[in-house]
Amino acid sequence: MHTVRYEAPGTIAGALDIMASAPGAMVLAGGTDLLVQYQSGLKRPAVFLDVKRIPEMMAIVVDADGATIGAAAPAAVICADRTLQAWYPGLVEGVHLIGSTQIQGRGSIGGNLCNGSPAADSVCALIADRAVARIAGPTGTREVPVEAFMRGPGRTALAPGELLVAVRLPKPAPHTADAYQRLIPRSEMDIAVASCGVSLTFDATGTCTAARVAIGAVAPTPLLVLDAAAALVGTTVDPEALDRAAAAASAAAHPIDDRRGTAAYRRTVVGVLTKRVAALAAARAKER
Amino acid sequence: MSRLHIETTVNGEPAEFLCAADETLLSGLRNGLGLTGTKEGCGTGDCGACSVIMNDRLVASCLVLAAEAQGQSVTTIEGIASGTTLHPLQQAFLEEAALQCGICTPGFIVAAKALLDVNPEPTEEQVRYWLAGNLCRCTGYDKIVRAVLEAAGEMRSATV
Repeated sequence: MHTVRYEAPGTIAGALDIMASAPGAMVLAGGTDLLVQYQSGLKRPAVFLDVKRIPEMMAIVVDADGATIGAAAPAAVICADRTLQAWYPGLVEGVHLIGSTQIQGRGSIGGNLCNGSPAADSVCALIADRAVARIAGPTGTREVPVEAFMRGPGRTALAPGELLVAVRLPKPAPHTADAYQRLIPRSEMDIAVASCGVSLTFDATGTCTAARVAIGAVAPTPLLVLDAAAALVGTTVDPEALDRAAAAASAAAHPIDDRRGTAAYRRTVVGVLTKRVAALAAARAKER
Repeated sequence: MSRLHIETTVNGEPAEFLCAADETLLSGLRNGLGLTGTKEGCGTGDCGACSVIMNDRLVASCLVLAAEAQGQSVTTIEGIASGTTLHPLQQAFLEEAALQCGICTPGFIVAAKALLDVNPEPTEEQVRYWLAGNLCRCTGYDKIVRAVLEAAGEMRSATV
């Protein structure tokens, strides 16, 4: 008979010790993916390693240079945070799209990342916002840009025994804003057919000086699309620049056919989303 | 397998129960504490029937381990009324006929209470989005939404 333990350490070191001594330990943050996968038999942890008693994994810390969001901080807390709303409205939009109110009471950015879905709604905005994953492990801590954290469906950059502790986002530069949108066939409670997150920075004359474009659900991982960003930098994000960015996003996509949409449809839609989301980020940035 | 001894607070009162490491909070409430008002619908976090409020946040108790309740505060449907006086949401559900079979109703009422706790004056759209994770196969939702708006108005006028 399968037996599983429950452990709730109060420190990162305590969590790492359990992971080292019990290789089958699985991290339990909000449980909105893990417990579903456990009950269906897809995951068989030796230990439910509840990390929500570890203060730094639950905290949202804002300082002069940016924000650190604990990997297990619930979506509901992230969405209610006034600084995150002001600095990263696109990220908050993405987090707010993850599941129902009940799921947002528990689900976390760390879980969204570690579940490894190409359609994870928080991830495109994290990438656009230059977020870095802070990882603790047996040999110390390291940082990985979020675009390099996702490695494929269900796979991440975490090595055995490593723990995602937080994501760190730099404070937006002046005249910078982000945005995120996804396409789903209904108005709520669904998984993205395609998605896009954009962050844009402008100078005082209204010229775009920096851009980040990330697309989701159109490849094995969310993708940072450098060509789409390059199409926007140096422009006023005028309609022609938006068309070039959209074409670059569509070209970078390599989606599959599945029950949510065909590859061809996704490739087209991700371009449309790129255009809309970049225009929204530009409008926001110009108000700042 | 040894069972875990959990000490928690349920509906404002200290409570303790024994559970297995992989037992859900839903099971702990129903089987450990005999609080069977919280219902199991899907068991996978999709339907909202098992909604409870844990530390001021609405959660699906089928996707919480019972062991996680250690030292926390949980509000279930049994804690919504004041003694024999129904909560305005419960009264409004009766008056608006916002239930038929009733299985989803505890989850809807707990979820609606969590909404009114943070937003005493929601719009119809806000009610519909907040309750998007609660499924009802009987009513078609309109009566439920009307009941929540009715109760919200009732509660606002009572506090004036």
